[in-house]
Amino acid sequence: MHDVATIAIKGDAKSNSDGVLLINSLHKSFGSNHVLIDFNLKLEGGEQVAVLGKSGSGKSVLIKCIIGLLVPDEGVINVLGHDIESLNSYELDQVRTKVGFLFQSNALYDSMTVRENLEFPLRRHSIKLTPSERYNKVIAVLQNVGLAHTVDMMPAELSGGMRKRIALARTLILEPEIILYDEPTTGLDPITGKEISRLIKTIGEKYNTSALIISHDMECIRMTSDRIIMLIDGKCYAQGTYEELKKSNDEKVKQFFE
Amino acid sequence: MSLPPIWRQFLYETGEISRFTGRFFSQGFKPRYEITELLRQCFIIGYKSLPLIGLTGFIMGLVLTMQIRPSLISYGAESQLPAMVGIAIVREIGPVITALIFAGKIGSSIGAELGSMKVTEQIDAMEVSGTNPFKYLVVTRVMASTLMLPVLVILGNAISLYGSYLGVNIRGVTSFDLFFKQVFDALSFKDFVPAFIKSYFFGFAVGMVGCFKGF
Repeated sequence: MHDVATIAIKGDAKSNSDGVLLINSLHKSFGSNHVLIDFNLKLEGGEQVAVLGKSGSGKSVLIKCIIGLLVPDEGVINVLGHDIESLNSYELDQVRTKVGFLFQSNALYDSMTVRENLEFPLRRHSIKLTPSERYNKVIAVLQNVGLAHTVDMMPAELSGGMRKRIALARTLILEPEIILYDEPTTGLDPITGKEISRLIKTIGEKYNTSALIISHDMECIRMTSDRIIMLIDGKCYAQGTYEELKKSNDEKVKQFFE
Repeated sequence: MSLPPIWRQFLYETGEISRFTGRFFSQGFKPRYEITELLRQCFIIGYKSLPLIGLTGFIMGLVLTMQIRPSLISYGAESQLPAMVGIAIVREIGPVITALIFAGKIGSSIGAELGSMKVTEQIDAMEVSGTNPFKYLVVTRVMASTLMLPVLVILGNAISLYGSYLGVNIRGVTSFDLFFKQVFDALSFKDFVPAFIKSYFFGFAVGMVGCFKGF
């Protein structure tokens, strides 16, 4: 078993400037349900790390804590040198411009066109661009995901895979340094899932972004991640590359590869 | 002594909606103001409700007139029909029926829309995009419904009185000018003001409950 405790981050996460994302002793409970127990993680610049775990194991809770949508009970989350819990709402918004979040359900705004969906983060984060610059930026990110022709379409007119790509384009529009992917291939057929996985890999290489990929899709994890962290019973149970973990004799690790 | 579960649930809901209302007043009047979204919601909540409110008001005025007419004829008081219908519609029936229709259409649509946005993580996405979802979604909708219901009540009353005018003319002949002169002669300023003011409270309550259930 590759116990993640061997790489546990010691001391104040703030003082460690190597990683773009540092999580130290994170605890999160909902009533008597302890979802995350002493969770530690370090994400290096340009690294793509997958967090693998069963449904309900707390993967989504983890990334919602990272982005500040949930408040942890204990522990330190340090994103790009900022302790998330100590930030006021303005500072948190500033950090969020550098962290992209691809939601499991895409979270495209139903009442807006694709263009309006993509322009929304630019407008709301008060990024000063002229209308033509904003439009060009929208078209550029749509071209990156191969869907420039959908600019004036409504989300309801798009297929599941297209919606996922548009959501990914919206994530990219602020040129984030870290991207958090919450189950990016859930609900997609295997072929579209592979396309999305390839796109995630390409984006990581092209923009040199760090990524935390939450998934239980082994093919997606194999294609996209440099390192895998296994989240079992709220703890970092094991970590390693795909090949290392595949060779593991631990029963809990093996069941993911069967 | 512990309270029965139904009472506990009632008190819990009352506490939660009070807290939600408090949050509206604490956040609703501070910048950043979502003026564009407020205007969009006024269009959706106000303008798009007008056909339903107008149709209901028209039928209400027409039917009320046709049902009251035989009774008034038997007392020899047919000439009082416009005044009677006018007072009934402007003082009470207009605001209450309009608010009920408004609650059914707008209250439920706000609840369903926000509930759907919550389930599909659109509210979380909004927060990640540097937007306070409470201000953007809740404050704008509650304000729009508070501002639009009085306008709809006025328009609904006008359409209802027109329906009444047509109802009078089905069996008799009364000119448009005479009908409305009789209506307005019977009404005074104090008939309009309470009805107008209470429709603001109805609008606020509809918006608030819809948002509370959905958000």
